[in-house]
Amino acid sequence: MTAVLEKPLPTAPRSLEVERFVARAAHRSPVRRLLSRLRWPLGIYTTPAVIVLAWELASRIGLLAENTAPAPTRILHAGYELYQRGELVPSVVISLERAGAGLALGLAVGVTAGVLGGLLRSGEYLFNGVVQILHTIPLLAILPLMIVWFGIDELTKVLLISFGAALPMYLNLFAAIRGVDQRLVEMARSAGASRFRQVARVLLPGALPGFLVGLRFALAYSVLGLVAAELVNADRGIGFLISRAQTYQQTDQVFFGLMIYAVLGLLADQFVRILERVLLSWRPGFEAS
Amino acid sequence: MSAIEAPATTAAVRVLDVVRRFGDRTVLHELDLVIDRSEFVVLLGPSGCGKSTLLRLLAGLDLPDGGTVEVPRERAIVFQGDRLLPWQKVWRNVTIGLSGSGARQRALDVLGEVGLADRANAWPKTLSGGEAQRVALARALVTEPDLVLLDEPFSALDAITRLHMHDLVRELHRRHGAAMLLVTHDVAEAIGLADRILVMNEGRIGSSYSVCLSEEDRRSSQAREDLRGRLLADLGLAGRR
Ligand SMILES: Nc1ncnc2c1ncn2[C@@H]1O[C@H](COP(=O)(O)OP(=O)(O)O)[C@@H](O)[C@H]1O
Ligand SMILES: [Mg+2]
Repeated sequence: MTAVLEKPLPTAPRSLEVERFVARAAHRSPVRRLLSRLRWPLGIYTTPAVIVLAWELASRIGLLAENTAPAPTRILHAGYELYQRGELVPSVVISLERAGAGLALGLAVGVTAGVLGGLLRSGEYLFNGVVQILHTIPLLAILPLMIVWFGIDELTKVLLISFGAALPMYLNLFAAIRGVDQRLVEMARSAGASRFRQVARVLLPGALPGFLVGLRFALAYSVLGLVAAELVNADRGIGFLISRAQTYQQTDQVFFGLMIYAVLGLLADQFVRILERVLLSWRPGFEAS
Repeated sequence: MSAIEAPATTAAVRVLDVVRRFGDRTVLHELDLVIDRSEFVVLLGPSGCGKSTLLRLLAGLDLPDGGTVEVPRERAIVFQGDRLLPWQKVWRNVTIGLSGSGARQRALDVLGEVGLADRANAWPKTLSGGEAQRVALARALVTEPDLVLLDEPFSALDAITRLHMHDLVRELHRRHGAAMLLVTHDVAEAIGLADRILVMNEGRIGSSYSVCLSEEDRRSSQAREDLRGRLLADLGLAGRR
């Protein structure tokens, strides 16, 4: 079968504009590559670095008073002095111990309750009401009560941190398990997967992204709890360094203490990012490395 | 559901007076259906007439509001979407309902049958639509079911891929010999695949056509055109080409 179709002639041939795409490496000269690297040399940390630099300059030329905002180099120097006096490392260690103990307890409770609540209807009834009520109470507002109950020592600090970690972990994990695509659960059921396998292969892996969100919040809140507990009362730890420096008007040491808290927060966030890259390698946006 | 050892001659599927309601809407209206062992039945009907509802009853995902449903214990369902677990490699998706040693080898064998042996270790998100649906087919067949239910499995695929899938399904049916019930709203698909075509109408099986055509005649013949005309008439589309 042959069919000949007359193609209508274009009435007025107009000029054709062309766009051409070629591989990236081909048209990038070394100069341009260097320039593009110079534009944001530290990635997202470029802006903070520039601010610190401006701060240093402003301090040096006397724009910022020494005792309100000491120069970054002086802050670092204050930290070095603390280190030489043998106070820095033990303080960081004791704070990390508190945070670690609080996190371990809080995550254990939050994950256990979250899994039970997410998987079982009775688990939901058991935990959800309590968590919703506790969640409406600000973390810092329960500190006075905890001091009355558990004294002013380590136990209160650890419990405050674990309280801050457990709640977001429970809420996020619960929502993540309940939010797993029901069509996938149905598929597994209809394919004859056992209840155990439905949990292990569908519900828990499906809840992993939400778990990581919960983990990120838990880490952030535990640092918050750490700061609150240590600043109210501590005879050791980073918070102790800060309140002592505050008493003696050593602003550079106050800044250094804050910097350590910030670094702890950043490290925690980075840790979750790495976990995400490893655990969520199946996502299209991620490449397994 | 009770486990009854069925004699060798009985049908694979027996549906008797089945009723299914959503609220006060009756979707399935005392529907009867019998499917023989190894029979390939295509269920044809307009969108929203209750095809998926019936298939879910046969799969045991929902219970009827009246009547009885009798299906083989070993059955599998292929859904409209591939429903692959994105966090499991392709071969792990195939073994979801399979346990014991040798599961992986079984998965690789069936993936070979659907032409995807080399994608066994791929992530599902990297598959094309046709490949993903072939994995879903492999997942259904890996347990050697006696009944395979397919709910518009190819409706999201392009026309060329769909034709390839038809060849594949025909071949798999020949090889595995399971009874198959395929739901579609595509008349050409029905004629291409079926031993028997059922047209659904007002919540029950309206008409039934046995199709005894050679593969050649299924593609183009006078008999095919006659059948197509009648199916279109049953669907209320008389007079269309
Ligand atoms: N879970 C449900 N709840 C309420 N109505 C439903 C439900 N599932 C299906 N229906 C209704 O039943 C009818 C048949 O649906 P369905 O079996 O999915 O049709 P189709 O033949 O297109 O597969 C539709 O009108 C639909 O709205
Ligand atoms: Mg449907």
